[in-house]
Amino acid sequence: MSPTDDRVGVPNDRIPHDRVRDDYTCDLAVVGGGPAGVAGALTAALRGLSVVLVDSGARLGGQYFRHPPGAARGGTPGLDRFLRQARALGERAEVLLGHQVWTVTRDGDRLTVHCRTPDGRTVAIRCRDLLIATGAHDRPLPFPGWDLPGVLTAGGAQALLKGNGVVAGGRVVVAGTGPFLLPVATGLAGAGAEVLGVFEANGGLGLARHPVLAAGKAGEAAGYGLAMARHRVPYRTHQAVIAAHGERELEAVTVARLDADWNVLATRELACDTLAVGYGFVPQIELGVELGCETRQDADGMPVLAVDDRQRTTARGVWAAGEPVGVGGRYLAELEGRIAGLAVAGVPVPGVLARRRRRLRAFGEALHHAYPVKPGWQGWLRDDTLVCRCEEVPVARVRAALELGATDARSVKLLARPGMGWCQGRICGYAVACLAGESPRPPRRPIAQPISLGALAELDLDFDTP
Amino acid sequence: MSDVIVIGAGVVGAACAYYAARAGLDVTVVDRGPVAGGTTGAGEGNVLVSDKGPGPELDLALLSNRLWGELAALGEFEYEPKGGLVVAETDEVQRQLVELAGKQGVEYTVVPAAGLRDYEPHLAEGLAGGVHYPQDAQVQPMLAAARLLGHGAESYGHGTLHLRTGVTVTGFTRSGDRVTGVRTDQGDILGGAVVNAAGTWGGEIAGLAGVALPVLPRRGFILVTEPLREPLIRHKVYTAAYVTNVASDSADLETSAVVEGTPAGTVLIGASRERVGFDRTTSPRVLARLAAQAVALFPALREVRVIRSYCGFRPYCPDHLPVIGPDPHAPGLYHACGHEGAGIGLAPATGLLLSQLLTGARPELDLHPFRPDRFANSSGSPTATRGETETSAGSSRASEESA
Ligand SMILES: Cc1cc2nc3c(=O)[nH]c(=O)nc-3n(C[C@H](O)[C@H](O)[C@H](O)COP(=O)(O)OP(=O)(O)OC[C@H]3O[C@@H](n4cnc5c(N)ncnc54)[C@H](O)[C@@H]3O)c2cc1C
Ligand SMILES: Cc1cc2nc3c(=O)[nH]c(=O)nc-3n(C[C@H](O)[C@H](O)[C@H](O)COP(=O)(O)OP(=O)(O)OC[C@H]3O[C@@H](n4cnc5c(N)ncnc54)[C@H](O)[C@@H]3O)c2cc1C
Repeated sequence: MSPTDDRVGVPNDRIPHDRVRDDYTCDLAVVGGGPAGVAGALTAALRGLSVVLVDSGARLGGQYFRHPPGAARGGTPGLDRFLRQARALGERAEVLLGHQVWTVTRDGDRLTVHCRTPDGRTVAIRCRDLLIATGAHDRPLPFPGWDLPGVLTAGGAQALLKGNGVVAGGRVVVAGTGPFLLPVATGLAGAGAEVLGVFEANGGLGLARHPVLAAGKAGEAAGYGLAMARHRVPYRTHQAVIAAHGERELEAVTVARLDADWNVLATRELACDTLAVGYGFVPQIELGVELGCETRQDADGMPVLAVDDRQRTTARGVWAAGEPVGVGGRYLAELEGRIAGLAVAGVPVPGVLARRRRRLRAFGEALHHAYPVKPGWQGWLRDDTLVCRCEEVPVARVRAALELGATDARSVKLLARPGMGWCQGRICGYAVACLAGESPRPPRRPIAQPISLGALAELDLDFDTP
Repeated sequence: MSDVIVIGAGVVGAACAYYAARAGLDVTVVDRGPVAGGTTGAGEGNVLVSDKGPGPELDLALLSNRLWGELAALGEFEYEPKGGLVVAETDEVQRQLVELAGKQGVEYTVVPAAGLRDYEPHLAEGLAGGVHYPQDAQVQPMLAAARLLGHGAESYGHGTLHLRTGVTVTGFTRSGDRVTGVRTDQGDILGGAVVNAAGTWGGEIAGLAGVALPVLPRRGFILVTEPLREPLIRHKVYTAAYVTNVASDSADLETSAVVEGTPAGTVLIGASRERVGFDRTTSPRVLARLAAQAVALFPALREVRVIRSYCGFRPYCPDHLPVIGPDPHAPGLYHACGHEGAGIGLAPATGLLLSQLLTGARPELDLHPFRPDRFANSSGSPTATRGETETSAGSSRASEESA
């Protein structure tokens, strides 16, 4: 969707907004203001639907297009185009920033999206259709020292960089697996950090056929390639950071050469003050799961929402686009958002979009196969390595729970508490499932985001039944 | 071949297995899931005497209360004898609470309105008073179940207690009428006796043996808050309405404020009860009501954030009493299920009494009120246990949990 095809300008006042109660009624509510959500909302708004988009962030952008206030153009390829879309959306739809969605309720054909604002107000959006475009979060693996200050997730490092332009640190190591380590490394290098290396645990496709380089537009690809070369960032495959060291904060990491299963072959130490690690992504699907949407297992083992070729889930009126239906990068996310927007508006999806989507999905799956997580990482753990940081559960307690008769992640949680804390298992869930010997299951989080008891007590459900 | 096969590795099955092993029997425990994956993993962990009227369930609860104290000495699971505080909104309710406390024969202290804050500094104003029950306690039920199985396996000789998870019971092996073991998806397991400790699914298991047992699910939600740095709530605190809800026979949603802190720093908030079958769909309406009641009781909770909620299905019988004892229609089959909202509290007594039955000793409590064939229409048709059939209930008040 480009902002030039704004044929139907839908004035904002089409959306009835009850100022007193801060509630909205619209045709389509979109949760998530990344490429998928913005494309979906704008497409539907341009077709004449009344649309409300909510995002918990302070600005539109999502993970990839996160940007500091006022940043017009900058290092992020595609940002200009995204910002144009975001502006167009602002003129045609209600955009609610800083709103966290904590649950969605259903009453017959009506869905109600319940949000809370940072100042503790609750806001309800009643809609006929809902687009889940909630993206994904990092999928970290635990290793000794990963809880030291100075150790960040790849997404976290990127967010630091993009959100407020802070250079994450002086001497930086980037490690993990997957194509998106590369933009993190070049971003950090471009912002003035000394990137000591990118350690890719898999062989992947190698730098020459690197997916981000291959999939990107010519200029973008050249940008990453040049940046890697210009900043002399070494790119090492079959290597990983298996431990982080430091008294109070990160001082050094152990880098290991790995065999194909990620067992350690040899190690060396590398002094650094920042480590960005990422082992893929966890699609955020809990809103869909609570609404009864069926899930499927993606090629990377993660549960995702099952959708048809128009992005429709199995729950009535619920659509999904972008990472919640499978991680595949920003192009795919935007395309799927567009398809969903058309489909919700009842417009046939042009064949060319459908074909592109199939191609990009296939590409995303190929990436999952090229950058899997191999079981050898469990050998990097020590008994006292924390698995769950919220509840401070070490590996030994997880293993004890398995000996006591836990057979899956849920029962490990019941016996040893990993995943019971603040993040609700978003960080440790994948690792606990692996340790329990099962594939991650769809998350059950009836309360998707924390909400105060006072706000919950005042939940206005009569709004559900007009 | 084991002396005893226990179906269900919840807290009740674990207690049955532990006491049977302690009595010298060889035990095999089978569960289709993990340890504590059923209702035991979806409850709170209150061991209450305060919420039960005089009668057989209170006797069971008192025995259990003492046993939990002993079991806690085995260690490795949380056990907090922290006491319960029942509060009354009006003078009339306070009068009833005091009257009840006088009949229960348990330790208690009447707390006048002015004294409430000595017990719970953050209680709301305007309450009429309360009763403090020092014997009320709390255990971490999942870990307790797992540890009981562990201690049973380790303490009474190698091989006395076997745990087999991931094994689904699909039927029984019989010799004539007699139950001689269980059929499972992984082959037959033979035993001298079989204990049905399948909780809310106890009726289904009974059905496999051709006997009817009216155990049905009563859904409950719990809210869990973020961990608090300073403990805000010291006891288990609940309103008198809870006691009447527990004993109620209504299928409709009932809620009452039940609030307590845990050693992890979180606050657990219950309690709702409704009969909706095994429907797991989260009900925001119920959650909102639980939150409102908790905030009304403890206004300081208003700003505290809820981070999760869960639900479970209490195994209830029409008369709100558990089923404990031999099945007259299926010799060799014993039942230990249907503990509704008090299964965690009542587990040790259930296990001890059953082990006494199994070894031919005289049970130290009269099990007659808990006999499996006490239900009017239970004389053989297993279909009676399916669905939400309401049988007219005999008993006045019941035991239930606390959460
Ligand atoms: C480190 C890193 C580097 C990357 N590099 C590239 C790259 O070079 N090229 C590329 O194509 N892709 C890259 N990606 C992937 C890219 O970020 C994603 O594919 C893209 O952002 C997906 O878009 P989306 O709209 O599905 O989700 P997102 O962009 O993640 O947007 C989801 C939005 O939903 C909001 N949200 C979620 N839940 C709620 C809730 N309950 N209430 C309110 N709001 C909510 C979030 O705040 C977020 O803003 C990278 C990702 C990472 C982490
Ligand atoms: C919200 C809530 C709060 C509660 N709070 C309290 C409280 O504070 N105090 C208290 O005392 N009680 C409380 N309870 C009640 C308590 O949780 C139950 O009474 C108790 O857990 C029942 O334990 P059980 O071992 O009988 O059943 P379960 O724990 O359900 O165990 C039964 C086991 O049988 C297994 N099983 C079933 N069918 C088969 C089969 N065919 N083959 C193999 N295995 C099978 C299941 O997998 C399950 O593990 C609460 C309940 C709820 C829902």
